[in-house]
Amino acid sequence: MSEEKKQNGWNPKIAAFLCNWCTYTGADLAGVSRLKSSPCVRIIRVMCSGRVDPSFILKAFKKGADGIFIGGCHIGDCHYSEGNYKTLRRIEFLKIFLEDFGIDPKRLRLEWISASEGDKYAATTLDFEKQIRELGPLTFMN
Amino acid sequence: MKPKLALYWASSCGGCEIAVVDIEAKILDVADFFDIVFWPCIMDFKYKDVEAMPDGDITLTLFNGAIRTSENEYLAKLLRAKSKVMVAFGSCAYEGCIPALANFYDKKKIFECNYINSPSLQESSKNVFPQTHTQMPEGEIEIPEFWNTVKSLDQVVDVDYYVPGCPPQSTQIIAVVEAVIDILKNGKPLPPKGTILGAGEKTICEECTRERKEKKIKKFYRPQEIIPNPDECLLDQGIVCMGPATRSGCDALCIKANMGCRGCYGPPPNVLDQGAKMVSALSSVIDSTDPKEVRDIIKTIADPLGTFYRFSMAHSIFHRVQKMEEEEK
Repeated sequence: MSEEKKQNGWNPKIAAFLCNWCTYTGADLAGVSRLKSSPCVRIIRVMCSGRVDPSFILKAFKKGADGIFIGGCHIGDCHYSEGNYKTLRRIEFLKIFLEDFGIDPKRLRLEWISASEGDKYAATTLDFEKQIRELGPLTFMN
Repeated sequence: MKPKLALYWASSCGGCEIAVVDIEAKILDVADFFDIVFWPCIMDFKYKDVEAMPDGDITLTLFNGAIRTSENEYLAKLLRAKSKVMVAFGSCAYEGCIPALANFYDKKKIFECNYINSPSLQESSKNVFPQTHTQMPEGEIEIPEFWNTVKSLDQVVDVDYYVPGCPPQSTQIIAVVEAVIDILKNGKPLPPKGTILGAGEKTICEECTRERKEKKIKKFYRPQEIIPNPDECLLDQGIVCMGPATRSGCDALCIKANMGCRGCYGPPPNVLDQGAKMVSALSSVIDSTDPKEVRDIIKTIADPLGTFYRFSMAHSIFHRVQKMEEEEK
């Protein structure tokens, strides 16, 4: 079924929760620098990657996201000292959780991208889009 | 004329019925105040008695049990039509509870387990599956159809109020019964639709009297692997306790017996998904910043999904475990 959808011009939906201080600014830099980044990404700006509650991620998947991307400051650089340490543990936990739920954990990706790494933002989103295209659309059983 | 009361059990263990009777002498007030029109567990009623009632004839229906079969769904819809106020009573009706753990599998796998692989099956009865219609000399026999997914009551019909708990605590049932009698007798206004009755507005941690410290967990223990200190927070000791992700109301009953909270009162107010909340809570207290070590610590929790959604799988964001994507292909 996913093959069929791919041929019918399916484009993945990627929800991206980006931290205000680093990755969001990095995404901005990618745009200003006219770097090609993934057009499938829908950015949601959060004050800290630690603000992303696991229920946001589950709900985004349920509401139609095929992949979810979390961007935060590099470890040690968190604007709030330790928000991203919590994110790191949460995402590790959620990956195990998603696997148990029968959803490929590769659909969830966490990257540390600083405000100066516009190129990393562009490359990461393009790579993630490619990965989600390979996985195909996420469908739910009732 | 007395207000009419109905109680029904769908896919449940009967514990909620016992919990209702467990309110002791108060049950006399219930019997005195209400005209019990339908309660198959206790008295002899037939479905046709309910079918014969006019719509909205029953004042209050306490519906316990999850929706597992076509019969459960039929009765849910029937009682909804006949009732003024429909209450999802107990964890099964509210959020799926133990029956909804079947949502880890599908109908096919459950049938395979029960009717092919079960070690207690006699050779002759293997591969015999229940059929919804069977022709017998006396006529056709019909049994309910088994759904693929267990649902909570509000996923099938409109629900007015919820009473959480597996089972709801008798003190809470008494409070609800008294409130209902007060409303009906003295014309007090009903609480807003969707209110969770007979429970608190905080988490179990608020009711827990154990001493809490800064949590730093290196390893999780199963209850049989450790003798917990009765005065210290169980999570501090590495025992999975659903307290931080569970609504208050039971007065920390399990925790007082030195067991981690199992989460039967469902998610606390403003929490969508109990399991996700628990992931959030535990992620904050795991004592490591190395992804691999974090993973190893998490792996010491036996069956996180089944533990965190023991009572709320049907009502979780995903409702059920999805088929593995590889299997689909």
